[in-house]
Amino acid sequence: MEKIRKLSKYQGFWPVVVLLAILLINGIISGGAFFEIKIVDAHLYGRLIDILRNGSKLMLLATGMTFVLATGGTDISVGSVMAISGAIACSIVDGRILPGAGQNVQAAILLALLGGMLCGAWNGFLVSKIKIQPIVATMILMVAGRGIAQLITDGKIVTVNSDSYYFINGYILGLPFPLFIVLFVVALVLLFTKRTAFGLFLESTGCNPVASHFAGINVNSVKWMVYTFCGVTAAVAGLIESAGIKGADCNNAGLFMELDAILAVAIGGTSLSGGRFSVPASLAGALIIQSITTSVYAMGVAPEITAVVKAVIVICICLFQSAEFKDKMRKRFSGHKQERTAKPA
Amino acid sequence: MSNENMLIRMEHISKSFPGVAALDNVPLELKSGEIHALLGENGAGKSTLIKVLTGVEERDGGSVLLEGVPIFPQSPQDAQKLGISTVYQEVNLCPNLSVAENIYIGREPKKRGSIDWKRINQDSRDLLKRFNLTIDVTKNLDFYSVAVQQMVAIARAVDISAKVLILDEPTSSLSSVEVEKLFEVMNMLKAQGMGILFVTHFLDQVYAVSDTITVLRNGRYVGTYAAAELPKTQLVGKMLGKEYAELDLSSEKEELTGGERDGLLEMKRACGPGTISDVDLKIYRGEVLGISGLLGSGRSEIVRLIFGIDHLEQGEISLDGRKLAGKGPLPAIRCGVAFCPENRKTEGIIGDLSIRENIILALQAKKGMLKSISRAQAERIADKYIRMLEIKTPSQEQRAKNLSGGNQQKVILARWLATDPQLLMLDEPTRGIDVGTKAEIQKMIVGLAEQGMTVVFISSEIDEMLRCCSRMIVLRDKKKVGELSGKDIAESAVMSLIAGGVKSGEDQEAV
Amino acid sequence: MSESVKTTKKFRIRNMSLLVTALLFIGLFTAGSVAYDRFLSLSTFCNLLNDGSYMMIASIGITFVLLTGGIDISISSTIAFTCVFSAFLLRSGVPAGVVIPLVLLIGLLFGALMGFMIHSYQLQPFIVTLAGQFFMRGLCAVISTESIPITDDFYKKMALNKIVFAGAKIYYYVFIAAAVLIGAMFVLKFTRFGRTVYAVGGNELSASLMGLPVRRTKVAVYAISSFCAALAGVVFSFYTLAGYSLQNVGLEMDAISSAVIGGTLLTGGVGTVIGTTVGVMIQGVIQTIVTYQNLNTWWTKVFSAALLCLFIVIQRILAGRSEKIKDGKLEKAA
Repeated sequence: MEKIRKLSKYQGFWPVVVLLAILLINGIISGGAFFEIKIVDAHLYGRLIDILRNGSKLMLLATGMTFVLATGGTDISVGSVMAISGAIACSIVDGRILPGAGQNVQAAILLALLGGMLCGAWNGFLVSKIKIQPIVATMILMVAGRGIAQLITDGKIVTVNSDSYYFINGYILGLPFPLFIVLFVVALVLLFTKRTAFGLFLESTGCNPVASHFAGINVNSVKWMVYTFCGVTAAVAGLIESAGIKGADCNNAGLFMELDAILAVAIGGTSLSGGRFSVPASLAGALIIQSITTSVYAMGVAPEITAVVKAVIVICICLFQSAEFKDKMRKRFSGHKQERTAKPA
Repeated sequence: MSNENMLIRMEHISKSFPGVAALDNVPLELKSGEIHALLGENGAGKSTLIKVLTGVEERDGGSVLLEGVPIFPQSPQDAQKLGISTVYQEVNLCPNLSVAENIYIGREPKKRGSIDWKRINQDSRDLLKRFNLTIDVTKNLDFYSVAVQQMVAIARAVDISAKVLILDEPTSSLSSVEVEKLFEVMNMLKAQGMGILFVTHFLDQVYAVSDTITVLRNGRYVGTYAAAELPKTQLVGKMLGKEYAELDLSSEKEELTGGERDGLLEMKRACGPGTISDVDLKIYRGEVLGISGLLGSGRSEIVRLIFGIDHLEQGEISLDGRKLAGKGPLPAIRCGVAFCPENRKTEGIIGDLSIRENIILALQAKKGMLKSISRAQAERIADKYIRMLEIKTPSQEQRAKNLSGGNQQKVILARWLATDPQLLMLDEPTRGIDVGTKAEIQKMIVGLAEQGMTVVFISSEIDEMLRCCSRMIVLRDKKKVGELSGKDIAESAVMSLIAGGVKSGEDQEAV
Repeated sequence: MSESVKTTKKFRIRNMSLLVTALLFIGLFTAGSVAYDRFLSLSTFCNLLNDGSYMMIASIGITFVLLTGGIDISISSTIAFTCVFSAFLLRSGVPAGVVIPLVLLIGLLFGALMGFMIHSYQLQPFIVTLAGQFFMRGLCAVISTESIPITDDFYKKMALNKIVFAGAKIYYYVFIAAAVLIGAMFVLKFTRFGRTVYAVGGNELSASLMGLPVRRTKVAVYAISSFCAALAGVVFSFYTLAGYSLQNVGLEMDAISSAVIGGTLLTGGVGTVIGTTVGVMIQGVIQTIVTYQNLNTWWTKVFSAALLCLFIVIQRILAGRSEKIKDGKLEKAA
């Protein structure tokens, strides 16, 4: 009991509990079929594997977005950046652009990541140097990004025919490769935040940028870094997506992913106004979203309904973070002013 | 005292916030046709008193009578309906609307269901003419200078209700000509029988326009005086906490540094953007240098300039012979400068981080992001300072926002001591904290200097300045007006320097 | 008595922004006319109105929100929901006379609910309207994921009836947009509510200290935005005669950029609906030019984004400069 109480202090505790509950409910409803894992051709298959595999993009985005939200910003351009990175990689592999690269997959991946990094750096520049509100600053790339991606692919859906490129979304050791990418990125991130003072600077910046500046932290460069990193994670997610559909579809690649990513971080308990963050908690948040999507799908309901569920979850989370709401509820339940709760005009 | 022209009578007003008694049994009386200055340093309770009067804060105790009738304003609008209007230092109007609209918004005259712009413009032109202001009222408010904006705000306030007008530091951003104009208007309104409550930090202005002066200190009532009968030096004494009469008995001061004076920091003809002008300053190793002056005199601005927060416009600052780059605090920190800002909550403490993280923050910033302080090391450092400064907390993992003000201040001190600075600058480190902690901090300042650290100390309380400082410079109106050291540091000397000439002869104008 | 009339650059440019926008429109239109035959005609201009009318209505609605300093990213979903729901109701035999008021009412209430949550619980407008976006889009899918054609006679009439003069066609629904524009201009200029919208955007604290109904206003602007989105949805269903759940994805960003290009400051308090309307038409002209040039239509997005970026950066630089000017004078604001 004491142990559980101690555990519940962690930011990731409740997201993980919710995740397990969702999985459990699914398991019960499906009569256990949900937990089945089959081995076909030495590859693992099953709903749980699906969740991990399909959720990998979201987990990556959530990692980058966690940092951005921790500074009190937002990045709504990640979906578009995904489209750009997919477009760059596929066009190179296809030989459509940069024929000099010789359709080299490694070069394609590197350049796509570089592209994502540039996009992120651009956002970071607008936010930290020009001091534009983050939503507005990243909106520019959100609007332009898909257009840029279209221009790279010349407006066509590029299909690639390269087994080594498909491998990004393939299998290794019986598990989906994207999972390894996520593990790698997350390990890197955790190492970086624990081994350096980056995590401390980030939280400090998000909590109180003025005091952090006074304490000698370079708030601007912290911000610049997180947006750049967020761009890179978006580029990786874009690569996974494009490898999954074996091509680049600039219209639909990463569509609405920015919203899911923000949602995942919020579910993970990182305040949208900045401050304390936890990458593992955001990952749990991403998996919650993915398992809702997967289970709605498994129940045979139209997948679009997940949007309604998500909307309700967002509002609940926000309300529980809102001091005003808590106050009102407290008043209500303590019996005072029961008759007088405000109604909308 | 005739009671018939008594507008406001406040009695036994008390108001406390968690941990602080902001107002303790304070009275205030305002007559019609009177300009009444409300004075006191930061934290004296002026703004709380005004907030109570205008309904921003609810009083805990005491009574407010308006023309003999008890009132309980719940909001500024409430107060306005009763006839009490306030014009704040930061003009509380909408810069994006026209002058005329700012005067009439919320009560626009209408014609056939739609706003009658013609009448609004005409009426406001007429209204402003009464204030000797002929301007194009259809232009946006932010087209005009702050002085005009302020006048517009006053016009709006007076037009809505013309009994009591509260001016909260209206002059702090005005030029001398503009101040003159404001005074004309105040005198005009006074002649019309209005009661005006005037808050300012500029003593010359107090004497130029007020009839009566009420002084508050530390949330307590000091007294109400007729302006003509209260010499400026005495007023300063009352504001800073010593009666002029009982001065000169002050403690003997030794020069702590002994004979040789080893310079640490030199400031030459430094100017900040609108902050200080042409200040020369030398700080010697191992001394406690006090910077004295009233709020707004430039005392905080000097240290902000040294620390690289404000941009140095002209002049030069050098530490140990090397020029301080002035590009943000980090270069200064790396040179061994530390700074506890005046505004603990917004500029000092990072509430959501733990005490440990708050303490190591500046040291970590000094070391750079990549050279992380290990957890064990951080705990050791935090532990050391928690014990050394006697920070009262159950654990170093406690979030800093849960600490009391005094302990928060100690955490910030710990943050800077952890960087092992050669120059420690403290801006009002004892404000709003309990007496015991105050004494501890004062003792620590002296102790640190004895160990060879150089300390710059700023405080509104003259007592603690006298107790701690081995040398003192005095600022008035953003300029250095004097320097005292050793035995010369006495309250009478400091106060006459702050007041600017005992006889209040030359009326130096604040810029 | 001579006043020191200090002009800040910000002001001049602010007032100029509408002029700049108008000049930009004329410039683009002229450029198109010079470059392409048959571009310069009344019908090109009228087509801008025809194709842009639903967009204008939606953008005018969102301008109200932007003027208070808020943001509403739910409007594209509200438009789609309106289209799908009306199509669904019409297919089930509900008469148009019931459907249209009903969907408009839903829009109004939905917006009011969002506004209520934003103001009462101090939630970020971005997140609340984001949830609203998910919610409406989800509801569309609940109703139907297929495109539902509209065969109602009234809708057909509205879709096809037009005024023709000098070879140019103006469809009836353009007049709806015109009515919305005139109505919005009147409300913003000549009603207390409209002026309060500006005051809240200019300085919310001041507005409440001046005794203005800040809360009511903030709820109302979201209601108006959603109402206009619903109306835009009705017009859009005239225009397309179908309801499809994935219609107009991302339209809110176009609407916001139209408003910005039209001179609205995203920090609130400055902007006009006429500017927004011109902003919509600028995007229309860019699209037309891109079509004439036979470019990939995505160039439209890139051009508008570049324009948007330019406007935002200029706004920001000007704001920064005026802050500096104020800093100089008001440094002791603590």
